[in-house]
Amino acid sequence: MKEIKIFHNALKDVSALASKIKENQKKIIGYLCSYAPEELIYAAGFHPMRLFSSKSDIILAENHLQTYCCSLVRGILEDSLSGRLDFLDGTVFPHTCDSIQRLSDIWRMQGRYEFFADVILPAKLNTQSARTYMVDVLTRFKKDLEAAINREITDADLQKSIKKFNLIRSNLSKIYALQSKKPGIIKGADLYAIVKGSMIMDKDEVANLLPVIVNNLEKTDAPETKGKRIVLTGSICDSPDIYSVIETAGGIIVGDDLCTGQRWFEGLTLEDDAPLVAIAERYMGRMICPAKHSSPTARGENIVSLARKNKAAGVVFLLLKFCDPHAFDYPYLKEFLEKEGIKTLLIEIDDQQQNLGQLSTRFETFIHYI
Amino acid sequence: MSDKSSDPKKINCAKKMRDIMTTYYLDAMTAEQNNKQVAWITSGGPVEPLVAMDIIPIYPENHGAMIGASKMGEDLCIKAENMGYSSDLCSYARTDISIGGLPKPDMLICCNNICGTVLKWYEVQARYYNVPLFILDTPICHTRYSPEVAKYVRAQIDEYIIFLEKITKRKFDYDKMAQVGKLAYESQVLWQKVLNTTAHKPSPMSAFDAFFFLALIVTLRGTQIAVGFYKDLLAEMRQRIKDGISMVPNEKHRLLWDNLPIWYRLKWLSNKFSDHNACLVADTYTSAWCGAIKYTDKNNFLDSIAEAYTRIYLNIGVDQMANQVLDMIKFYDVNGFVMHSNRSCKPYSFGQMDIMRIVREKTDIPVLMIEADMVDPRNFSHSQVETRIDAFMEIIKQRSR
Ligand code: SF4
Ligand code: SF4
Ligand code: SF4
Repeated sequence: MKEIKIFHNALKDVSALASKIKENQKKIIGYLCSYAPEELIYAAGFHPMRLFSSKSDIILAENHLQTYCCSLVRGILEDSLSGRLDFLDGTVFPHTCDSIQRLSDIWRMQGRYEFFADVILPAKLNTQSARTYMVDVLTRFKKDLEAAINREITDADLQKSIKKFNLIRSNLSKIYALQSKKPGIIKGADLYAIVKGSMIMDKDEVANLLPVIVNNLEKTDAPETKGKRIVLTGSICDSPDIYSVIETAGGIIVGDDLCTGQRWFEGLTLEDDAPLVAIAERYMGRMICPAKHSSPTARGENIVSLARKNKAAGVVFLLLKFCDPHAFDYPYLKEFLEKEGIKTLLIEIDDQQQNLGQLSTRFETFIHYI
Repeated sequence: MSDKSSDPKKINCAKKMRDIMTTYYLDAMTAEQNNKQVAWITSGGPVEPLVAMDIIPIYPENHGAMIGASKMGEDLCIKAENMGYSSDLCSYARTDISIGGLPKPDMLICCNNICGTVLKWYEVQARYYNVPLFILDTPICHTRYSPEVAKYVRAQIDEYIIFLEKITKRKFDYDKMAQVGKLAYESQVLWQKVLNTTAHKPSPMSAFDAFFFLALIVTLRGTQIAVGFYKDLLAEMRQRIKDGISMVPNEKHRLLWDNLPIWYRLKWLSNKFSDHNACLVADTYTSAWCGAIKYTDKNNFLDSIAEAYTRIYLNIGVDQMANQVLDMIKFYDVNGFVMHSNRSCKPYSFGQMDIMRIVREKTDIPVLMIEADMVDPRNFSHSQVETRIDAFMEIIKQRSR
């Protein structure tokens, strides 16, 4: 499909992509976590772009972060220090894990880009005071953005932005739903490219392309495959190879709990509410990340229902080494799933390097066994 | 005191402290028989309302430190790994999750002002013990304490009290709270004064002693016992200064320590530095329990603790942490800085390299960074650390010539 090709091409060279965006007079604001309020950034006229590591060797970041820091955080710092992110006009750090919190300090002290903001959202998402605080923080962030652009961000701006993101999100949901319904209609690597592309490409372009892809997929018949249905869970998965390895081993990815996946795009922002309240509500209600709290068993219940809904035969944990929030949840999520008869596999990944040969053996064994 | 030892360096209050801690643990162990409730609380959490409600606070982190000091860390960490917990997680959490052994909690109080780890750790325990969990969410203050944060945390202090009332089925006693608040404040002031005595040359105690004497300010803050004890300890330190007793017999070099102690190597490290005539006079860790008193209003305790608990050492930006380090370097007049890069504690350790850079830029003292873990000895390379300490001390000696 040529629309999908566009996504693949966009991922090949992020700085070329960035230059293209800048040609349209758009400034680029980078962020590292799916709790960054993109709608606000976009409403301010900026292009919000999720940052991924280019996976280059760690040289300069060695002077700032020890080896026991997750490879994503180290990799992105390396990119910044070595100038690979010089296209950025600013960055936004929401409250997330301890590692990103400290990265925020290191990043701010470097002062490489014009705009910088910490958006310290609450860590607990289940109380009224947290809800109020969330709106307060978003309001403050809006003011910071307004100061940067020297104009007011109106409700109309916000509503327009929310509409755009809802359109993107609902189409991504549709693609996932179609894949779950007709497994194999889209290749894992394509799924990966579409989601990642949606996080970094020009939003108008994404909003135009996705409905076409949905349309095409709706008309496509389910392929004759006997692949085992797999759900992925973890923080990010920034490796198209992992998707292909799973497929070669006989699996089909039918859903995920990744912040580069459904956790990022599921759930729409209400369009008729006060915009900031609506954005806050979405964060309070959506699939929770382990760096946040809603109840001690929220993620367990969630992964079980996700696996059931997608009739998954197995769940694969893709955990980045040194990622505390996810590592803490692993034993209990595994227990919850296994109680339901759903098999699990733990893959510890390093964003910088992957041993695909070894991975494929492990996937083959697992998929054979489920 | 009856047990005056022949070693003049020995601090007499140590025995008193051990006795107090034993009584405290016995009380906690028999809480159920005595119809008392037990709360597990994070080391940076607001314990005072618990004390006011006559609930016994238990600190799994303190327990983790004891496990580390008694060299049981490795076995317990391995046990946690067999349960599926990655070896990269905080070793306090790993040992606590695997050992149990503490009096069963009736409730869990988790304040995330020290890290995100405790949030996950307390969720694990909330599932295991199936008891209510209260989270005091203190947003990190990278650059400032904003009005939004102030409002949010203050609201949670009230929620905390409602939570306690619900679990104990008793009304919160605000008068008692005011009293407890005053005692907590007083003990923190005393603790700060104890720590300050090491500015004297030679220093009457070392950071290794501070690591030990810290237990009371953590566990019994808000009680008369803590106040009484730290008064005695302060008096003893002052007496030692008067009598010219120093912890390191021939103190020539004064060092500052950063990060948690390496519990299973305390004695060795202490001797190692002492052999070089160096005293670790202060550290960034033990002062965390009094570093925020400037935000505490003892006459308006509940209102002020929102800020005091939010702006503690780990919950601020790395540049602010560096400023505090610089202040300590000056105040204690140290001539070397030893940083423990602690695999267990990411919020404490990430940013250390920037602090090191800042210290190097702003002072002329040498900085040493050693890689270890506070409880898990598998991450400690004895010979490597020894060589590095020796080399570092050589530099310090050369400079002081
Ligand atoms: S896993 Fe959670 S904290 Fe980490 S980047 Fe994703 S949303 Fe953010
Ligand atoms: S992978 Fe884990 S440790 Fe790394 S940035 Fe994401 S949440 Fe933080
Ligand atoms: S050692 Fe560090 S990570 Fe572990 S509980 Fe303490 S502050 Fe948190």
